[in-house]
Amino acid sequence: MRVLAAMSGGVDSAVAAARAVAAGHDVTGVHLALARNPQTYRTGARGCCTLEDSRDARRAADVIGIPFYVWDMADRFHEDVVDDFVAEYAAGRTPNPCLRCNEKIKFAAVLDRAVALGFDAVVTGHHARLGRDGLLRRSVDVAKDQSYVLAVLTRAQLDRSIFPLGDSTKAEVRAEAARRGLAVADKPDSHDICFIADGDTRGFLAQRLGESPGDVVDAVSGAVVGSHTGAYAYTVGQRRGLHLDRPAPDGRPRYVLSITPKTNTVTVGPAEALEVSEVRATRPVWTGGERPTAPVECEVQLRAHGDVVPATVEVSADGLAAELRRPVRGVAAGQAIVAYRPDPAGDVVLGSATITG
Amino acid sequence: MAYLDHAATTPMLDEALEAYVATAREVGNASSLHAAGRRARRRVEESRERVAAVLGARPSEVIFTGGGTESDNLAVKGIFWARRAARGDQVRVVSSAVEHHAVLDAVDWLAGHEGAEVGWLPVDAAGRLDPDRLRVELAAHGDRVALVTAMWANNEVGTVQPVADLAAVAAEHGVPFHTDAIQAVGQVPVDFAASGVAALTVTGHKLGGPAGVGALLLARDVAATPLLHGGGQERDVRSGTLDTAGIVAFAVAVEAAVKGQQEYAARVAALRDELVERVRRAVPEVIFNGDPVARLPGNAHFSFPGCEGDALLLLLDAQGIACSTGSACSAGVAQPSHVLLAMGADDDRARSSLRFTLGHTSTRADVDALIAALPAAVDRARRAAALRTPR
Repeated sequence: MRVLAAMSGGVDSAVAAARAVAAGHDVTGVHLALARNPQTYRTGARGCCTLEDSRDARRAADVIGIPFYVWDMADRFHEDVVDDFVAEYAAGRTPNPCLRCNEKIKFAAVLDRAVALGFDAVVTGHHARLGRDGLLRRSVDVAKDQSYVLAVLTRAQLDRSIFPLGDSTKAEVRAEAARRGLAVADKPDSHDICFIADGDTRGFLAQRLGESPGDVVDAVSGAVVGSHTGAYAYTVGQRRGLHLDRPAPDGRPRYVLSITPKTNTVTVGPAEALEVSEVRATRPVWTGGERPTAPVECEVQLRAHGDVVPATVEVSADGLAAELRRPVRGVAAGQAIVAYRPDPAGDVVLGSATITG
Repeated sequence: MAYLDHAATTPMLDEALEAYVATAREVGNASSLHAAGRRARRRVEESRERVAAVLGARPSEVIFTGGGTESDNLAVKGIFWARRAARGDQVRVVSSAVEHHAVLDAVDWLAGHEGAEVGWLPVDAAGRLDPDRLRVELAAHGDRVALVTAMWANNEVGTVQPVADLAAVAAEHGVPFHTDAIQAVGQVPVDFAASGVAALTVTGHKLGGPAGVGALLLARDVAATPLLHGGGQERDVRSGTLDTAGIVAFAVAVEAAVKGQQEYAARVAALRDELVERVRRAVPEVIFNGDPVARLPGNAHFSFPGCEGDALLLLLDAQGIACSTGSACSAGVAQPSHVLLAMGADDDRARSSLRFTLGHTSTRADVDALIAALPAAVDRARRAAALRTPR
């Protein structure tokens, strides 16, 4: 096949491209330029958006022996990921920009362009398995598994995707990179949000949304227990950085229970008030096949690298509802609920949806 | 492979390569006093004389440099600094909107860091400068102008400028005129003295010599403050151990290119005209950019409406055809060409452009290969570009 390898400049995508070549594909490497001004994005070795990363990707492509280009996706990325990220926080939700980037950029704008240009598929270095059966499964390296951020992909998108790393651990990928003479073999993993240079999400949001002082209210007593400079800066389940004026009457720590943009209020309460047994979600995508007609017994994951909980998922008119077997703390609207079917050959992604409450 | 990017760099001539290797085997620093040094110095001076002879300059006007970008920077910054030092109010730089970045960015740097004020000369839809615009500019600001810099021929769209006319206008006001002739030497007749310019940039790798060596022709009566300080090897204007082998090969290439210019231009222009005609037949909507007459012989520059140049480049590259979007890159990302924008093209047309440049190794087979691949590539690029609009 003629395939396009998305190369971030990191070790995973470099090895994925090399494996695609080894598998006999005609591979072209592409680095996505996502920053309108590369200097404003995260610098150093951990990014996916810097000039240095672009050079690393180019060098890896040289070593692998494939053509390499840079595609300017900055405008699309800004509109579909960065602006969306800010708008979601402003609406009191907690978005996952990596997931959004996969949904809108890598497996949409880039994939569509690739197909139009005559490519059959896109290859990425995501840690997830996508086998002949067309099912998306967790990576063998559960700690590095990225099936959660891929669960937004439709069947049509997955049919044109290749994830060559799903059967390998990260350690194996690094060792292979070293064997193949790829200089990125020991490049550190990226963790933070690539478009927030200093990792200061709150500062990033404040710059775009401005200060908007409001009250922090205790859910138990109804009393105002503090103030904030912008409700958008809070995430459900957050404990640190609340700066409450008064300790709670019961003396126990307080957590963010909810954010209400309309009244610009952050509501806090004790840990147990965070517990949720039912999750509702919208915009479902049935990655694993048809939209189910009966309730599905499965496991759900409610945030990236979050715990997995057994649940019953039922399709509703406007999305889906999941009844959790045991309560979970800190479920934030805007995150994805991903349903998995446990499987010894790798848990299978059934689908995902965006949590509304 | 069909190499249609000779304006980016062109293969070294055999005689230049041989001269390079033969010289590089010899030891000797041209500044040393012993026999080996004298031999190297002789090679350099012979080369200087050869370059001067074919370009209509005196040997003492040839300053060897590390290539075109250095020569442009030396001319622009060096002449600016020297003129400002001579008279503090000579701080205006007049340049054109279509210069190569080696000039453009040097001028911008002077504006940003040295308090220079800039008068940008516009171009018409063919990318051509108008000497009358320069006359107006100098009539208004002439006594404050440190220098005028305008390229001999444009690297993207191939338009050849009326350099002698422009230089004459500058001379009327006593303002030194620099021209970046990197794309012109060997392609069109270039004579330093006859053109009336005060400074002229030429580089090796665009005319069959090695990369990393070039020259600034600088008239004896024009002062330039050095960029590089050190041994003062080149007229105290440029320091650094002379690259004897590079200079020898450069001189061989310049001589061959200039002496062969007429025959070369006739042959390559005919092939270029054939390319243009066949591209027009294959893709009737194509827009041919640049001046149709006053044009570099090897240059064919098009906009392909509804396509993105970088998509076309990728598709043609996959078919073994090397061409260029002709625009500057930042992190490899194609920016819309400032040249086309200056010519009045909109962003889409600027982004839809491709440059094909022929050179001394070009054959009809290269054109055949392009025409065989182009229609399908345009078709695909168009489908890819169509994805952008509906959101």
